[in-house]
Amino acid sequence: MLPEYGSLQPATLEEAIGALAGVDDVLPIAGGTNVVMAMREGEHQGKMLMDVTRLAELRGIRLENGYVVIGGGTTAAELLDSALVAEHARPLHQAAQVFANPLIRNRATVAGNIADASPAADTAPPLLALGAEIELVSATGGRRIPLDQFMVGVNQTMRRPDELIVTVRWPVPVARSAGAFHKLALRKGSACSVLSVAVMVGVDGSGRISKARIAMGAVAAKPIRAYTAEGALEGQVLAGDAIEQASRLAAEAAQPIDDVRSTASYRQRMAGVLTRRLLTEVAAELGQE
Amino acid sequence: MTPKPVILNVNGRTHHVALEPHITLLRALRELGYTDVKNGCEKGDCGACAVLLDGAAVNSCLVLAWQADGADILTNAGLGTMDNPHPLQRAFADHGAVQCGYCTPGMIISAKALLDQDPDPGEGEIREALSGNLCRCTGYGQIFEAVKVAAADIRSYDARAHDVRREEGGE
Repeated sequence: MLPEYGSLQPATLEEAIGALAGVDDVLPIAGGTNVVMAMREGEHQGKMLMDVTRLAELRGIRLENGYVVIGGGTTAAELLDSALVAEHARPLHQAAQVFANPLIRNRATVAGNIADASPAADTAPPLLALGAEIELVSATGGRRIPLDQFMVGVNQTMRRPDELIVTVRWPVPVARSAGAFHKLALRKGSACSVLSVAVMVGVDGSGRISKARIAMGAVAAKPIRAYTAEGALEGQVLAGDAIEQASRLAAEAAQPIDDVRSTASYRQRMAGVLTRRLLTEVAAELGQE
Repeated sequence: MTPKPVILNVNGRTHHVALEPHITLLRALRELGYTDVKNGCEKGDCGACAVLLDGAAVNSCLVLAWQADGADILTNAGLGTMDNPHPLQRAFADHGAVQCGYCTPGMIISAKALLDQDPDPGEGEIREALSGNLCRCTGYGQIFEAVKVAAADIRSYDARAHDVRREEGGE
């Protein structure tokens, strides 16, 4: 049987939202790095494919009311080229550097990476560490959902079929803050992560941690935050025992599985190791060690 | 299912075609005779199908042809001819960077995208730029070498062109 698809190419956000309204068979497509592959496997039959790459409202990276706001259609290559991202979202910039390969980076978008909700999505741990929110728009209005709630499980999100991801935003980090990301993979280029960890730490005037976020990919059914580890860091100076304790708690928060890339026990252990390395790196940057 | 009218501008030629929504740019280009665009894995892993889409190197197997409606597409065959090859094509041939040849068009497209942005890349930049292109004859060493030679070739050509313009009083 021949695959049956329809196609739409809206020129404005209004047109796109209108097409999504009241139906559940319209599938937004941008870079196609997930969708076209799935189509090749026989998925999405009968869907109306809606190309969102021409919507100006989904483009651009800007500062707005204390937030860094990026259009959902921002590609990984555009993250890499953005001075704003490099300055205000170092973990995300580092993730863009190791995101697949240049051919994929020129097409794959942030909204697509998040909407696909792979447990190993490269942009997810950095965006969780930054405290990102997902802005969705539909014909009945808009809403913002914190990323840690938005992703529900493997390839599952809170997005309704009539909603489109328009922007992703996170608060501009406080003046004294630092963050870092590391992806452990089986080779340097074009790899899916064994696991990844992102951290973001802000300190107050006395040098104590005012806000800490630790996020991990490919260690659970969805990218997760290590809330207990984060809580243990608050009010502490980022050094020795505090780093050891947070790393141990991060490893405990991981619920990994065995798969083709690695084993559960290795991932569990490395969740702690990577957290310790990243926190140590961040502490040096904040002048705390 | 209704075929959709699509305009593809390939290597300076305009094609008006009608394509069903699931047809990828890779399939459309090969149907139009651009068989220098190779079908390797057809799932974005190997880079054999790479083309420049409005100047950016992409896997044409992951672009639906209608998404490229009106875009400028450049394939390896559009870079040069047998009589007048592009410096990258000449360097690949001269330095043993081609064995079976299947990965070559994609390699050259990724290398072209790199040199358009950075005329004098280091080994690390070249490796990163070609990291989406697989060679299973494992001739990567010669490929990286060919890119370096081509980059130097283009820089010296650009320098000569600059001198000619100066002598002609253009600058």
